[in-house]
Amino acid sequence: MSDTKIKISNLHKAFGRKVVLDGVDLEIKKGESLVVIGGSGTGKSVLIKCIQGILTPDSGSILIDDEEVVGVSEKEKEKLHAKMGMLFQGGALFDSLSVWENVAFGLLENKKMDKKNAKMEAIRVLRQVGLAPDVADLAPSELSGGMQKRVGLARAIATRPEIIFFDEPTTGLDPIMSDVINGLIIESVKGLGATALTITHDMASARKIADRIAMLYKGKIIWQGTVKELDKTNNEYVRQFINGSSEGPIKVEV
Amino acid sequence: MIQKFLRKLGKPLVKFFSSLGELSIFIVRSVANCFLPPFYLRNFMRQVMDIGFYSLPVVGLTTIFAGMVIAIQSYSGFSRFGAESAVASVVLISVTRELAPVLSALMVAGRIGAAMAAEIGTMRVTEQIDALTTLSTNPYKYLIAPRIVAAVIVLPLLVLIGDVIGIYGGYVVGVYQLGFNPANYIKSTIDNLEALDITTGVVKAAVFGFIIAVMGCYNGFKSKGGAQGVGDATTNAVVSSSILILIFNYIITGMFFSK
Repeated sequence: MSDTKIKISNLHKAFGRKVVLDGVDLEIKKGESLVVIGGSGTGKSVLIKCIQGILTPDSGSILIDDEEVVGVSEKEKEKLHAKMGMLFQGGALFDSLSVWENVAFGLLENKKMDKKNAKMEAIRVLRQVGLAPDVADLAPSELSGGMQKRVGLARAIATRPEIIFFDEPTTGLDPIMSDVINGLIIESVKGLGATALTITHDMASARKIADRIAMLYKGKIIWQGTVKELDKTNNEYVRQFINGSSEGPIKVEV
Repeated sequence: MIQKFLRKLGKPLVKFFSSLGELSIFIVRSVANCFLPPFYLRNFMRQVMDIGFYSLPVVGLTTIFAGMVIAIQSYSGFSRFGAESAVASVVLISVTRELAPVLSALMVAGRIGAAMAAEIGTMRVTEQIDALTTLSTNPYKYLIAPRIVAAVIVLPLLVLIGDVIGIYGGYVVGVYQLGFNPANYIKSTIDNLEALDITTGVVKAAVFGFIIAVMGCYNGFKSKGGAQGVGDATTNAVVSSSILILIFNYIITGMFFSK
């Protein structure tokens, strides 16, 4: 067994004439937290969706635990999903279910846990992300943005996945709440010993969460390295991005 | 010039056929998933309540007035050649064969088809459907199968209730407004009652239920682009299912009654 959890090679994906991923190569080690940074619309979300099998790439290979996942059957995909958890950008909580049912969804539907135990487990995980047990019976719509993020995180980690994806975990939160969520992400990922892949354009968040950072630009990974290396790099694209400057090699297409 | 014209013609044509293909794939996948476990009983029951129980007032009002109108119209029409006595059987036949199934289905398409498209469409644009997938739950089984099965089972039941209410509407007008003898009216209704009238109505209802659920789910499922996308999905769901209901009404009627 190698210590590589996810290995992506030469991944291509286009929508019509619009090329989104143009040969992505990326490796994520077991237990590592990788953050992919990149501007809006550079295909970060598409990358995650390809790994999850929600989108089918046009060509290329994705190995998870040394097994090819591109083009596998629906059944295989469901098995694969049991290994994964995801925190969605907007939370994507099921609004027809209560908070605890959201958190316990994977336990109830797939691990066939009975209701009482699932609720207890949900409350335990909710407490882990800093939410009081009395929110368990509320509807997701009754919660603030930060609380919804926490519930989303709780749902993502409740099934104890081996791989967790974070899609812009701090978007729409104030800086302090962002830091709280970042802290919770680190805690829960390390607590589970999971492999984490985060996509974000929030540099403060990336610096805090990442073991390693990769930058996606025009459908390719143009740079990768540790946070320390990030500050020393001479890569003009990366420098422009982390400094948040409109001047440089990256031209904003209007 | 010709090339330009052909291009203009070709683009919508290609689009039409590609969405027809998309719809066909969607239907095959959805129907297959109706028969494959796991089954989500709770979601199914919720749909039965939504489609069936909460549609009762709408269906009741629609069919009672339809029955009343048919009684008046057939009375005034048939009095021209002295055939007023046929009112009861005309009400019976038109309500059970046509009015109850078609009008109920159109009302339910507005009520339920729109709701399905809006709910599933919102789930799509807020990534809730992707969230289902990542929680290893097949959205076809969790969202779509319960809706289709519920609609196919419940719509015939609604139509049976609509039949009774519609005929009663005709009876009320016949007896209290047009002066028929109640006993005679009831007798002529029962004498003319044929199983075929009811069966065709029920068969139609099942097909219409399928159309409503499929079009509602399909449009919701493929919707994109936020609030506007969901709005479009809702409109498309109602318009397309209404038109399909009318088309299939003709086809089924032709299958049963044309010789």
